[in-house]
Amino acid sequence: MDTPVIKKKLGLKDRYAAMTRDLAWDTTYQPMEKVFPYDKYEGIKIHDWDKWEDPFRLTMDAYWKYQGEKEKKLYAVIEAFAQNNGQLGVTDARYINALKLFLTGVTPLEYYAYRGFAHAGRQFTGAGARVACQMQSIDELRHYQTETHALSHYNKYFNGLHSPQHMFDRVWYLSVPKSFFEDAYTGGPFEFLTAVSFSFEYVLTNLLFVPFMSGAAHNGDMSTVTFGFSAQSDESRHMTLGIECIKFMLEQDPGNVPIVQGWIDKWFWRGYRLLTIVAMMQDYMLPKRVMSWRESWEMYVEENGEALFKDLARYGIRKPKGWIQACEGKDHISHQAWATFYQYNGAAPFHTWIPKEEEMAWLSEKYPETFDKYYRPRWNHWRDQAAEGKRFYNMTLPMLCTTCQIPMLFTEQGDATKIAYRESDYFGNKYHFCSDHCKEIFDNEPEKYIQSWLPVQQIYQGNCFKPGTDPTAEGFDPLLAVLDYYHMNVGRDNFDFEASEDKKNFAAWNGDSAEGATK
Amino acid sequence: MSVKAIGTYNFPSKDVRENFPAPLLFIGWEDHLVFSAPIALPLPADTPFGALGAAVLPGTYGSHPDFARIDWAAVEWTKSGKPWKPDPAKSLADNGLQHKDVIRFRTPGLNGLNGSCN
Repeated sequence: MDTPVIKKKLGLKDRYAAMTRDLAWDTTYQPMEKVFPYDKYEGIKIHDWDKWEDPFRLTMDAYWKYQGEKEKKLYAVIEAFAQNNGQLGVTDARYINALKLFLTGVTPLEYYAYRGFAHAGRQFTGAGARVACQMQSIDELRHYQTETHALSHYNKYFNGLHSPQHMFDRVWYLSVPKSFFEDAYTGGPFEFLTAVSFSFEYVLTNLLFVPFMSGAAHNGDMSTVTFGFSAQSDESRHMTLGIECIKFMLEQDPGNVPIVQGWIDKWFWRGYRLLTIVAMMQDYMLPKRVMSWRESWEMYVEENGEALFKDLARYGIRKPKGWIQACEGKDHISHQAWATFYQYNGAAPFHTWIPKEEEMAWLSEKYPETFDKYYRPRWNHWRDQAAEGKRFYNMTLPMLCTTCQIPMLFTEQGDATKIAYRESDYFGNKYHFCSDHCKEIFDNEPEKYIQSWLPVQQIYQGNCFKPGTDPTAEGFDPLLAVLDYYHMNVGRDNFDFEASEDKKNFAAWNGDSAEGATK
Repeated sequence: MSVKAIGTYNFPSKDVRENFPAPLLFIGWEDHLVFSAPIALPLPADTPFGALGAAVLPGTYGSHPDFARIDWAAVEWTKSGKPWKPDPAKSLADNGLQHKDVIRFRTPGLNGLNGSCN
């Protein structure tokens, strides 16, 4: 009889330690500070990296297995959705425009997040932080791919979904998310985590994912809903990394507190400005609405945020500057943003429209103090104009905020009839901002933001034409040349939904006349 | 304050005057939020200021019912938010306008659609 062999199996905790921190070592050929220079220059002091609590507690092999299973389920649903012509089951072809916004404005951010976390995952001295960032990096790459795959089906049937990555690097409104992330990942690794893991993922992410995913569910888009479920467990890990990183920095050295507070101030505001497009999507682009932007702001930010910052008060952290202004903005920004896209729809690769009468009634109900007073007159005017065949398009390029890069559409705190203007002088040049907070972000790091690639300025500098374009040629149309550079199919990707191919096709596929589909 | 960086951090501004064919001017019409943001226009420095109301702005604002009723002599201008009295006969440059200045105008008595600032 053979002697039984006792298999030595490590417990979960030991196994985790062995597969993560035990794989790290202190370098000897080169000093550690030369190998890891990036986590020093921001001024954050870390005395003991072993105090880092690993938020994920996942080893690579478990991670692959777990994600692989999720992937199988997701792709089965995407496949079934395609085979059953799931695109016909959405509420209304207007809904697809929310997906266009997501695919061009959000999906490329996943790719940026992948790059940012890969960088942080190389640069932290502490092995625990490195492993956490590497795992998140892979998550983000996966999200970029699964979102692209989930939405690619729609590209076969609807306009405007064909060149998201190309557009992300060029189209005016996409410079808003692009510059947000470039600002974050050109900071040091600690600022990057404060920006993306904490301010964005922990404080604000519910405002991004819940509206899009429950919007998808309410509007019959099971493909996107399934992606949402597949990403959700990753997102909760990411939120854990965000809060862990903040607490770790605050506990390591009292000198870290003011630096972290400055970053929270900056990144809360930048994240809030970025979410303007989500606000408008929620209030205007979903044929079947879930809840208003105002309601979700109150639920996810005001309530949760109050509790969070109460918890962080013991470290000396207060609510971000701009909190009050952001809370006031809940009554305004969705309306202001949709009105902007409506009038600049010649240059945006998705459709806009005037809200229907019952949708305006919903907006009045959800925004009793502001919609009828400030915003309804605009829509009524544009509706009358459109009925006379004069659908309003603004053909003059707007002034942009140097920091958030959004057109200067935001109004003063306490007066929604006055656009807010702020400016700074830097070495004899003027720079303009939409708010005190965007100005302050510039004033703190002017060397960074003077490099802003502002789409309007770039167009006027002649940098947004395809190579070989001759602007002196007879009959040269600069606007059309810019749209060509964007890879926009003019007349198919842009302009009002009412006259769109998307609307006509969707009605035909469902056996309706185009007129019938809107009734 | 300034940027914290791992090395020398010195990059040119993307929006300096030399990069544009003409100085950039930002213009906003107060109380008319149908135009959701102020506009940006490159305008030659020798453009007479009076040409704004007569030739430049109609292209942007002409569709608004208030626009045709503007009495340009009564218009109140601000530059960087401060009251400002330009001379319509003089050029933009001679009125002191520089690259990336922001000017706004208020049209007394004309406060948007039914006075709604739209």
